[in-house]
Amino acid sequence: MRRVAALLLALPVAAAIAGGAAWVKVPGGSFRTALKYEDGKGVPAKIASFAMQKRPVTNAEFLAFVQANPQWRRDRVATVFADARYLSHWAAPNTLRKDAQAAQPVVNVSWFAANAYCEARGARLPTWREWEYVAAADETRRDARKDPAWRERILGWYARPASGPLPRAGLQVPNAYGVQDMHGLVWEWTEDFSSLLVSGDNRVQGDADKQKYCGAGALSMDDRENYAVLMRVAMLSSLDARDTTSSLGFRCAKDIP
Amino acid sequence: MKRHPTRLLRPTLACLLLVVASAFAAPAVAPLPRDSVYQLPLPLTDQHGRTMDWRQHRGQPQVVAMFYTSCKYVCPLIVDSGKAVEHALAPAEQAKLGILLISMDPKRDTPAALMAVAKQRRLDPAHWSLASPRADDVRSVAGVLGVRYRQLADGEFNHTTALLLLDRDGRIVARTEKVGSVVAPEFIAAVHRVLK
Repeated sequence: MRRVAALLLALPVAAAIAGGAAWVKVPGGSFRTALKYEDGKGVPAKIASFAMQKRPVTNAEFLAFVQANPQWRRDRVATVFADARYLSHWAAPNTLRKDAQAAQPVVNVSWFAANAYCEARGARLPTWREWEYVAAADETRRDARKDPAWRERILGWYARPASGPLPRAGLQVPNAYGVQDMHGLVWEWTEDFSSLLVSGDNRVQGDADKQKYCGAGALSMDDRENYAVLMRVAMLSSLDARDTTSSLGFRCAKDIP
Repeated sequence: MKRHPTRLLRPTLACLLLVVASAFAAPAVAPLPRDSVYQLPLPLTDQHGRTMDWRQHRGQPQVVAMFYTSCKYVCPLIVDSGKAVEHALAPAEQAKLGILLISMDPKRDTPAALMAVAKQRRLDPAHWSLASPRADDVRSVAGVLGVRYRQLADGEFNHTTALLLLDRDGRIVARTEKVGSVVAPEFIAAVHRVLK
């Protein structure tokens, strides 16, 4: 405990950690998703204004949550809510590692755990649409998706091997909304991750579409050049709500009146 | 003289209360296993309009699936699956199994809508429960049951389908994604086992 406290004090963002990441107001707007839904007919969606955490939730913040809610300790969590890797990167159920882990984004968290964290803060996970909307921005433009240079930069991140410690959260230049780390740090859960039904799911069963789905077929990509979105969707659509991975974290969002 | 019987009565009453209390507490409720889906608190409102947590089903093995009443393709097959499981059982086994269909469309699946399906398909209310969670709980229950879904622009749903078998404590002991009037023999075998 003392060690964690010392680490917290050593950080310039200590104040922010105590209360969790700052909230950024994201003005709503019209947005054309890179996903193609058979029922959507390419109509741009209206995104209502909402608030999003400036950066992903850190280990220190998640530790504070686990201490206040011990049912989410890795040695006590219901196994229907988290797999065996849940928080396995911590030194102990109640302790982070000695290095600068406190300020790193928390990973190895399940959807249920991420959801419970946000709920405890009176918030929720962002929807896929909200996440994609904010992630379309670069440092100066709210929608940089058509810029090949921006796409190359994101591809560069995917191409880098995932070895070595994770950087701290909140180090990258904020995007046009003032939000950080939408790319280049960790994957992130969305509230409705399990609504991403990629047609590839059919391979598993070999079932006819009508066996597998009630209603129209699954989604496909409307914008095949948008690797950032393609990779996220492929990853999220392959997960169960109790799954955790060493590169998957989250941040919270909330409605604003 | 008058006080005497009262004094005698008091300990008797206390005794009686104790007996009653211990009778209620008798089947000492063991903590839920960590791999039980009942770890998720889930109030459900059934076709009779009764609202209770799904933990109420603890103690009785359940066949569980997610569905919605306005669904035209897969959901009637889910009901067929439940019936096929019932038909594969001896009457004594049938009495010990619950069939629980959980709606992913609580907005439209009111008790009346659920009851209409129960009546139309002649589902025995002694075994079948058709129920809606709160709207905020749908994603979570789908999460513990491993079901994916997305509501379409027209109000229909895209969804994966799974028929699950829960043991008495809510552990998933069998799962099949093939639904219809022919249920996988391994699934039926698991039902026999869990009812023993």
